Amino acid sequence: MDTDTIKIVRMLAENVDFFYGSTHALKNINLNIFKNKVTAIIGPSGCGKSTFIRLLNRMNDLIPRSRLAGNIMLDGENINEPNTDVVDIRRRVGMVFQKPNPFPKSIFQNVSYGMEVNGIRDKNVITEKVIESLKKAALWNEVMNRLDESALCLSGGQQQRLCIARCLAVEPEVLLFDEPCASLDPVSTKKIEELILGLKKEYTIVIVTHNMQQAGRVSDYTAFMYLGELIEFGHTEKLFTVPKDKRTEDYITGKFG
Amino acid sequence: MKKLKEFIIEKAIFLSGSLSIIFVVLIFVFLVKEGVLFFKYVPPKDFLMGNNWYPLSTPEQFGMLPLILGSLLVTIGSMLISIPLGVACAFYIAEVVNPKFKDILKTGVELLAAIPSVVIGFVGMITLVPWVKSIFNLPTGLTALSGSIMLAFMAMPTIVSIAEDAITAVPRRYKEAALALGATHWQAMYKVIIVAAAPGIFAAVMLGVGRVIGETMAVMMITGNAAVIPHTFLEPVRTLTATIAAEMGESIRGSNHYYALFVVGIILFIITFIINFVADVFLHRIKK
Ligand SMILES: Nc1ncnc2c1ncn2[C@@H]1O[C@H](COP(=O)(O)OP(=O)(O)OP(=O)(O)O)[C@@H](O)[C@H]1O
Ligand SMILES: [Mg+2]
Repeated sequence: MDTDTIKIVRMLAENVDFFYGSTHALKNINLNIFKNKVTAIIGPSGCGKSTFIRLLNRMNDLIPRSRLAGNIMLDGENINEPNTDVVDIRRRVGMVFQKPNPFPKSIFQNVSYGMEVNGIRDKNVITEKVIESLKKAALWNEVMNRLDESALCLSGGQQQRLCIARCLAVEPEVLLFDEPCASLDPVSTKKIEELILGLKKEYTIVIVTHNMQQAGRVSDYTAFMYLGELIEFGHTEKLFTVPKDKRTEDYITGKFG
Repeated sequence: MKKLKEFIIEKAIFLSGSLSIIFVVLIFVFLVKEGVLFFKYVPPKDFLMGNNWYPLSTPEQFGMLPLILGSLLVTIGSMLISIPLGVACAFYIAEVVNPKFKDILKTGVELLAAIPSVVIGFVGMITLVPWVKSIFNLPTGLTALSGSIMLAFMAMPTIVSIAEDAITAVPRRYKEAALALGATHWQAMYKVIIVAAAPGIFAAVMLGVGRVIGETMAVMMITGNAAVIPHTFLEPVRTLTATIAAEMGESIRGSNHYYALFVVGIILFIITFIINFVADVFLHRIKK
């Protein structure tokens, strides 16, 4: 498998430091995220994975007394410039959270919400897109007859796929997954993994996971973080078979973490 | 020894709990007992639908419609003012204001509830009433409008405080999900947070309504107390509560007038009971 054939940098972190008040959560992170590849971020709990991924769509803006240094670029543009439109960044960089978080609305409304807030009014366009997104998220067959039911009636795995569909409906370019399978059973997990592999053709994907097998199965590149630092980044196969750093080796062989 | 102590404490709590329920039931039974006698003399239809409340003329007339409409008008008026203001204020405190000032603001609003209603009525009488009179060029400023405005002040603390709790209780993940889809803060508030908080906001409004309907002193002081059918907000009205308070003292025990006031009380009791019950149902739904 030659993963090097096309290598376009879609997002990039440059000397990124991040603080929660006085907690130094990320230390000088430099990382490339390649177009149409899946990048996995692994590392022990509390090492800053969520913090990092939330910087990619500026979700950390919501946290009071936090501070960022360094640059985060999307297609060559700094997303933290004063004149960048944060709403536009979040539309282009979609996010699926660890715990499924559908709105307390109907299945249909969950998927159409993103289009509505982005100014799409045409009912036909919305309906078509909802169907298309549910199909892409491999949920259509299970919900096609109950689009008006509350999304909260779905199972956890279905809710997570609904959240993916909701995200796809606004046509993002990058998809961020923060431990998307953490609260799911093995069958649902497998479905989501297959989904991610299928979505790779169209999207650039970043996934945080605690599950090393999962990182191995879905990702092209893997980043290993430890105590707020990026220890090692490289092809998933190489990182898992011949890690360069002792700490990476200890972590993937289960000596700590 | 310890067992005995436990036993006594348990029974004491049980007793005080049941006593409060028994008292409510007794009050209601007493109201009904005194009230039903009235319908021996006046048919219910004349009572509920009659246009004239002349308890002291001969022949006496006990048409309650002006009083019901008076209460309704003042309540609707105060709700038109306090719901939008109260809900907006709750959103401001929950979502917009710098967290540092949040507690100060919320406590401040809740302190409004501690102002005795006679003080609110008094302040309204010497400030608001003359304004209403001169702005609208009326013969008197003691109108349904003045009552509505002052009562809106009294409903606000309840509405703001409970609605703010409901908004704050909306899980943060809803807001994050909305923002991550490219919603603005305003869109997240108005399309997601308000939907998730709706049962709580509704309960807040109902408790506000309950407060307003039951309020007596302030309305008695500033609504003019004329038991006539009102046509606009700029006329004096008399509410159910003010009628009881004003007339109970001068009615002769055992007279028709005396019993009529009890029926007014029953009706008030039923209205506030329903409102509080509905609010309770919705508050329970949130807890689940
Ligand atoms: N909102 C916050 N305020 C203050 N500190 C925070 C906040 N969120 C995270 N932290 C701290 O920042 C560090 C990194 O947290 P982060 O959530 O990014 O870890 P993580 O790698 O995602 O862990 P996990 O695998 O458990 O999800 C931790 O030490 C954490 O305590
Ligand atoms: Mg995390």
